[in-house]
This record gives sequence, C-alpha cells and structure tokens, in this order.
Amino acid sequence: MELLTPGIGLIFWMLLVFGILVFFLAKFAWKPILGALKEREDSIESALRMAEETRAEMAKLKADNDRIIAEARLERDKIIREAKNASDNMLAEAKDKAVAEGNKIIADAREAIQQEKTAMVAQMKKDVAAFSIEIAEKVLRKELTDKKAQESLVSNLISEAKLN
Amino acid sequence: MLRLLTNKFLLIASLSIFSLTFSFAQEEHEGHHEAKDGAAHEEEHFDIGQMIMHHISDSHEWEFAHGAIIPLPVILYTEQYGVEVFSSNRFREGNGVYNGYINLHEHIHRLSPDGSIDEAVHVLDFSITKNVASLMLSAIILIVLMSTVAKSFNTNRGKAPKGIQSFIEPVIFFIRDEVVKPNIGPKYAKYLPYLLTLFFFILINNLLGLLPGGANVTGNIAITMTLAVITFIITHINANKHYWLHLVKPEGVPVLMLPLMWVVEIAGVFMKPMSLMIRLFANMTAGHIIILSLLGLIFIFKSFAVGGVITVFTLFMNAIELLVAFLQAFIFTLLSSMYIGSAIEDHHEADHGH
Repeated sequence: MELLTPGIGLIFWMLLVFGILVFFLAKFAWKPILGALKEREDSIESALRMAEETRAEMAKLKADNDRIIAEARLERDKIIREAKNASDNMLAEAKDKAVAEGNKIIADAREAIQQEKTAMVAQMKKDVAAFSIEIAEKVLRKELTDKKAQESLVSNLISEAKLN
Repeated sequence: MLRLLTNKFLLIASLSIFSLTFSFAQEEHEGHHEAKDGAAHEEEHFDIGQMIMHHISDSHEWEFAHGAIIPLPVILYTEQYGVEVFSSNRFREGNGVYNGYINLHEHIHRLSPDGSIDEAVHVLDFSITKNVASLMLSAIILIVLMSTVAKSFNTNRGKAPKGIQSFIEPVIFFIRDEVVKPNIGPKYAKYLPYLLTLFFFILINNLLGLLPGGANVTGNIAITMTLAVITFIITHINANKHYWLHLVKPEGVPVLMLPLMWVVEIAGVFMKPMSLMIRLFANMTAGHIIILSLLGLIFIFKSFAVGGVITVFTLFMNAIELLVAFLQAFIFTLLSSMYIGSAIEDHHEADHGH
C-alpha cells in the first residue's frame, strides 16, 4: 500500500527540487554547454567544408596542371616534329645542293678537261705540223741539194696532184 | 487554460482511481504476507518482507546501518495545530511518539489526548525524508557536476574535451542527437533542457539508489508520478491542433467506430504518463527487491555456501541494475521525447509520407 500511494510531501519537494534543478541547469549548464557544442560543431563543419573546398580547389589545380602539362607535351611534340621536318628538309636540300654542286663541278671539270684536251690536241697538231714542216724542210733541204732530185720531186708532186 | 485544467482534473481522477485499486490489492496482499511470514520466521526474528519494505520505502531518518543514522527534519502541517518542525530524533527518543504526533510505519498521525489516533486531524507531512534528502543531494551533485562541465566547456572553448567533460559530453550528444532530435524534430531545442535534466536526474538517482544506504528515490511512485505529470503537462501545453483533432476525429475511421476510438484515444492519452510512471517505479523497485531478497536469503539460511552463491548472484544483479539504471533513464527520456514529438508533430507531412 505504502509503495503505491504517492506522498504529498514528497511530491511537493520533488516539484520544488526538480523545478529548481531544471531552471538552474537550463540557465547555467545546458545553455553554455549546448552553446559550446553548437559552436564546436559549427567550427568542425566549417573546417570540413573548407577542407572539401580546398580538395576541390586542389583537384581543379591538378586538372589544370595536367592540362597544361598535356598541352606542353603536345607543343613539345609539335616543335620536335617541326624541327625534325625542318632539319630533314635542310638535309635533303643540302644534299640536293651538294649533289648539284658536285655535278656542276664535275661538269665544269669535264668541260675544262675537254678544253685542255682540245687545246692540247690543237697544240700537238700544231707542234706535229711544225715538226713535220721542219722535218720536211730539213729533208727537202737535204734532198734538194742536187738538181736532179729537185726535178724528180717536182715531177712526183705534179703526178700526185693529178691524182687528187 | 481551461484545456489545461480539464487535463489536470482528468489526470488526477484517473490517478486516484488507479492508486485506490492498487492500494486495496496491495493491502490485501501485505496482510496475507505478514500473517504467513509471522508464522514462518517467528523463531528466527527475521522478517525478510519487512526488511525489504523498510529498505525500499521512504523514511523520516536516513539509516545507513544499525546505529549509523542521520536524523532528518520532520515538517508537519495540520489545520488545527499549524506547522510543526522538529528532528526525527524526537520520534526515536519517544518510541515513535512526540508532541502529540505518532510515527506509525513512517506515517505520521495526530494522537488524541487519550492516546488513540485522532482521525479528525489530517496531518500533511512535508518532512525532509530520506528520499527528499537524497533528492536534494542528487540535485546538488548534478548542479556541481554540470557547472563544472559548463566551466570546462568555457575554458576549453574550441579545443578537445578534457576530464569530466569528455565523460558527460558524449552523453549529452547522445541524448540530443539520438533521443531528442529524431523524436521531436526541428523544434527540439525548446525541450532539450528539460529532457537533459530529466535524463541526468533519473540517472543520478538510479545510481545513488544502488549505493548501500542509498534511498530508493526513482523507485518511489511520487517521484515517477511527478516526472510523468511534468512530461504530460509539457506535452499538452505544446500540443498542436493536429494532435487534438486526432483525438476527436482520427482519420480514416468509420463514423460508427468513432465513439470507440474516443475511448481508446482518451485512454491512450492517460496511459502514456501512466506507463512512464509505472515503468520507472516498477523497474527500480523490482531491482531493489531482487537484490534485497537475495541478501535476505543469507540471513534466512545462515550458511556460508549459500552466502557465497548469493554474493555472486547479488554481484550479477547489481551489474544488471547498473545497466537498468542507465536504461531506464534513457527510456524515460526517449518516451518523453516521443510523446512530446507526437503532440507537436506536423501531421501534414507525416500523412503524405505514408
């Protein structure tokens, strides 16, 4: 019986004590504690958000970097390719030029040789002619020391001339 | 205001009916018990039933052990004699009688000049009993503890929790995020101080009650009733029109069924605080009774073997009671926030959500 009948005194004290407790704790404990908890939560949340933003920023930067690197690589490849082309062209040109030059030199040399040869042959012809005339003169001079021989030669020449 | 008064009246009416029926049942039971116990343990001079009742009920003095007694002030009010304040030691000295008052099983009555109980004088007992003293002690402990925590929150502003703060903080977080927020919804902040106080108050009193010599505060029906009524009042002061409308005209109920639904709904309104009251009271009292019964067995059997086994059992029960202390504080807070949440809930959204 005693257990299940609430006593008026205890109810009175309970209301008083619990009322004071709720009032006091609400004012001096829960308010600052919940305020501090909220503040901490907010700061954690903002820190997390900032980290997230920083991460996004980093990702963006990295993407930018990657893009720039890729572009640079492309550029480099292009430049290398162009340089290679240019050098190839230059080489080919130089080669062509060299070949042409060589050909020209050879042709010139050949022409010079030809000219020399012609000149030499002409000279030789001239020399041989001079020699021949000299020999002929000497022979003639010797031959034509006597009268008879002169006559026979003339007659010979005449006969020959008839043949031509 | 009228609404509130009606609620109060209905509550008090239902409570008195409830307590009346139960007190009759209990009285009958107790009488039977006493007769049986008296016969069984006459030669042993140990009445386990009385011992248990003595330990779990309120007392005008705080007895830690035989001889170690703290006298507490007795405050009485009678219409005829006015206010009387004296120490409970006076009753002890006078064998339960002092200045025309008699302390009969911790119920104080006025004696008429011929020595019989004067039924005409109704004694209102506002004494600082063991429970009231324990109540005040718990309030002081809570205020000191929470002020310390609040102060350390202030000094550790923006830093990691330290000391006692790191023990209390997760509990506050748990109550706020797992109990109050999901059940009450966005307007939870208004009720949070009450529910936090409720939780820590029940918890500290449960734990103090487990200490040897501690008072069985939360196992007292007056305490749990007061807490349940406070929750009930908070719920119904803040209840919105959906809540009241739901009581009068629940949706999707055929017209013929409405009277029945009214009965069910109105009964439900009062069953909620009733269940809060009885759950905490019964859990704590039952726990104490079990432990005291086990310990009582030692004195009945007077054997070392039984004593050893009982000690292990009691340790086990104490561990369970420790769990129950936390659990019941949690459940009371959870259900309180659910009741408050159901009264202030915006039903528009909920109905579309189904």
